[in-house]
Amino acid sequence: MNISDTIEEIINEFSSFDDWMDKYNYLIDMGKSLPVLDEKHKIDSNLITGCQSRVWLHSEYKDGLILFTADSDAVITKGIVSLLLRVFSGHTPDEIIRAETEFLDVIGLKDHLSPTRSNGLISMIKQIKLYALAYKAGENPVQ
Amino acid sequence: MNSTIERIRSEFTILGQQVNGKPLAYFDNAATTQKPERVIEAINRYYREANSNVHRGVHRMSQQATQAYESARGKVAGFLNASSPAEIIFTRGTTEAINLVAASFGEAFVNQGDEILVSALEHHSNIVPWQQVCLRKNALLKVIPVFENGELDLESYEKLLTPKTKIVAFNHISNALGTINPIMEMIRLAHASGIPALIDGAQGLSHGPVDVEDLDCDFYTFSSHKMYGPMGIGGLYGKRKWLEQMPPYQCGGEMISKVTFEKTTFNELPYKFEAGTPNVADAIGLAEAIDFLGVTGWDFIRKQEADLLAYGTEQLNAIPGVKIIGTARNKASILSFILNDIHFFDAGSIIDQYGIAVRTGNHCTQPLMDRLGIIGTIRASFSFYNTREEIDRLTEAIRKVIALFH
Repeated sequence: MNISDTIEEIINEFSSFDDWMDKYNYLIDMGKSLPVLDEKHKIDSNLITGCQSRVWLHSEYKDGLILFTADSDAVITKGIVSLLLRVFSGHTPDEIIRAETEFLDVIGLKDHLSPTRSNGLISMIKQIKLYALAYKAGENPVQ
Repeated sequence: MNSTIERIRSEFTILGQQVNGKPLAYFDNAATTQKPERVIEAINRYYREANSNVHRGVHRMSQQATQAYESARGKVAGFLNASSPAEIIFTRGTTEAINLVAASFGEAFVNQGDEILVSALEHHSNIVPWQQVCLRKNALLKVIPVFENGELDLESYEKLLTPKTKIVAFNHISNALGTINPIMEMIRLAHASGIPALIDGAQGLSHGPVDVEDLDCDFYTFSSHKMYGPMGIGGLYGKRKWLEQMPPYQCGGEMISKVTFEKTTFNELPYKFEAGTPNVADAIGLAEAIDFLGVTGWDFIRKQEADLLAYGTEQLNAIPGVKIIGTARNKASILSFILNDIHFFDAGSIIDQYGIAVRTGNHCTQPLMDRLGIIGTIRASFSFYNTREEIDRLTEAIRKVIALFH
């Protein structure tokens, strides 16, 4: 599935929620079921620090596609992280660079991505795009 | 809710708001208190009717503004029982006041190999400025240890007071845990070794009276916005003997006496430390907040806040999975807690949905959190305008959080 199809799918899922509790329940479930990030990748160079919660983002470049894995110490953040992985992981650098992130606004998670929430998510999106740019330029950003 | 609380709450328009579709329960008073109408109105009135730049103006408006500004200073001096308004320096708040002392006192009195003593309970604002002085002067920052319950280790404190110690700095009340430190005793001990003491009073002035003469502290710093006044102003009380020996902190207008390109002589106290156009409107707002506290009365404030702290502590302790962080014998109405393995960000996000404002995180006290072996807490800080009913809503929300994440 391409990135915009995934985004559309997510928007559809969120449109079925009646209230904030449904939305949070969904994020909590997603957070709890996010595959565990290998401890060896939970290192400082993968750490995106927010004041409120921390996110670890690991990337690999395989056959022209970037594979992202990630984790967070907070469950809700982890839920949003899993949405971002669903959208961005497994795509080419070009697709990732071009991808829009307005859908987070549409599904009502924009608050969570404002810099004031300090949960590391806005930096995570920035980091995903930076990885894409680096892989495209033929660099290996993972040391 | 009794009628006194109802009347007081009616003075705070903001408390009547809905947040996330629920009535606001505002428990972030240690971060900033709300402002009563009379404070907002005093600021409005100043800009509508009296705005003019202070000092050195011969015209009527300037004289009136100067008078209002200086009378606000007098009000603060009286509130703190300072011996003279010249010992009150207006700053942007506690942080700027501490920076002023650290930079200026540090410049004059701290030398290579000297020591500066702070406590393990401090806000970053009462650590980092001293750390920077130590870096510049090649001095050493020493730390008064804290016990698990949030009380300072006074025996260790005494031993840390040495001939090398140039100043001690600690808070009156811990913003993160609510501990009320025995500052009178701590100041006395410092003085017994001939060491001046600075008190970070950011949390100190909203919960009870402070008498700097009685305390005999050398410096007391505070923020207006944590005591029902406007943001952007606060101050430093300093003993005249220190302030006179300290060099200016910032330079510009008002703080000078005579300027030539060869040399500048500085103005007398307190103007020596107030460079540039001051924050007149907010000084007037602060004076109004002091009047508001006076009318409300410390007896009422202390009784109400003690009741809320006791009730909140009891209610939180009754919930399995809640652990209160900071159990000092003497506490202000600040209640910090954790929920076992539930991250404070998760808890805070859900509690917010119920219209309840609590603060989560390390509360700008990372060294304290490290010492306690936690990454942060959820903090509910009560003002006398809060109610038991609001605390019930908080405990209800906490129960929902626990159910949701387990």
